[in-house]
Amino acid sequence: MTEKSNLRPRAGRGGSTEDRSSHRDELGANSELGSKLRALYTSIQEETIPDRFLDLLEKLDQAERSNPDPSSQ
Amino acid sequence: MADGSTEFKRDLLAALPSLRAFAVSLIGQQDKADDLVQDTIMKAWAKQESFEMGTNIKAWLFTILRNEFYSQMRKRGREVQDSEGTFTNQLAVHPAQYGALDLQDFRKALDQLPPDQREAIILIGASGFAYEEAAEICGCAVGTIKSRVSRARARLQELLGVSGESDYGPDATSAPTTTRSFA
Repeated sequence: MTEKSNLRPRAGRGGSTEDRSSHRDELGANSELGSKLRALYTSIQEETIPDRFLDLLEKLDQAERSNPDPSSQ
Repeated sequence: MADGSTEFKRDLLAALPSLRAFAVSLIGQQDKADDLVQDTIMKAWAKQESFEMGTNIKAWLFTILRNEFYSQMRKRGREVQDSEGTFTNQLAVHPAQYGALDLQDFRKALDQLPPDQREAIILIGASGFAYEEAAEICGCAVGTIKSRVSRARARLQELLGVSGESDYGPDATSAPTTTRSFA
C-alpha cells in the first residue's frame, strides 16, 4: 500500500527549487495550458464544501468519542 | 487521543477543498467525484493512526483517493471513465467566473487523456506537488511522472490547438519563421 509510505514533510509550499522551476517552464504562469488547468482546478477548489462531508466528519468524530478504539469499527 | 483526533479532523477539513478539486478534475463528474471523496474520508478516518502528524496530510489523502479511484475503476470496468457528454451537464452546475466556455473545452480535452496522464498533469500543474511527491502519490518513478506530464501536455496542446509555452510568444506556425529570420 503506497499510502503507508512516508511522505516527506513539507514546509510551507514545499518542493525543491529545481522542481518549481522545471514545472514552471512546462505548465507555469506563461503557459496557456497551465493557466487553464489551474483555472479549472481553482474553480472547483473555491466551491463551498458540501454539507455531506461536514456531517460525515461530525458523525465519525462522535462515533469515535463514544467508542475510543477506532480499530474496532 | 481525543486531541490528536481533533487535530486530524481539522487538518482533514483544511485539505478537503483541494482533495475535492483533485477528485472532480480527475473524474469529471461531480456526483461520482464526491462519492469518491466520501469514501476517501472514511478510509482516511479509519486509518488515521497510520498518518504521521506533521507530515503532508494532503499528499496522504490524495494517495488514498487515488488508490480508491483505481480500485473502484477496476471493479466497475470502464464506467468511471465513460464520462463523455456528462461533464457538459456537470459544468453547468458551476460555470467558472470567467471563460466558462473556454474551461468547458479544456475539461473535455482533459477528459480524453488516459487517467494516468490526467492525474499526473493535475498533480503537477494544479495541485502544486513536486515531481517527487507526485511520484510517491502515484507509486511510480519520478521519470514516469515527468513523461506522463509531457505526454499529457503534448496531447492537450494537440486537442486544444494551443501553444504550451506562452500566450504571447510565437505560435507553432510562425515560430520557425521567426527563428529563421533571427538566425
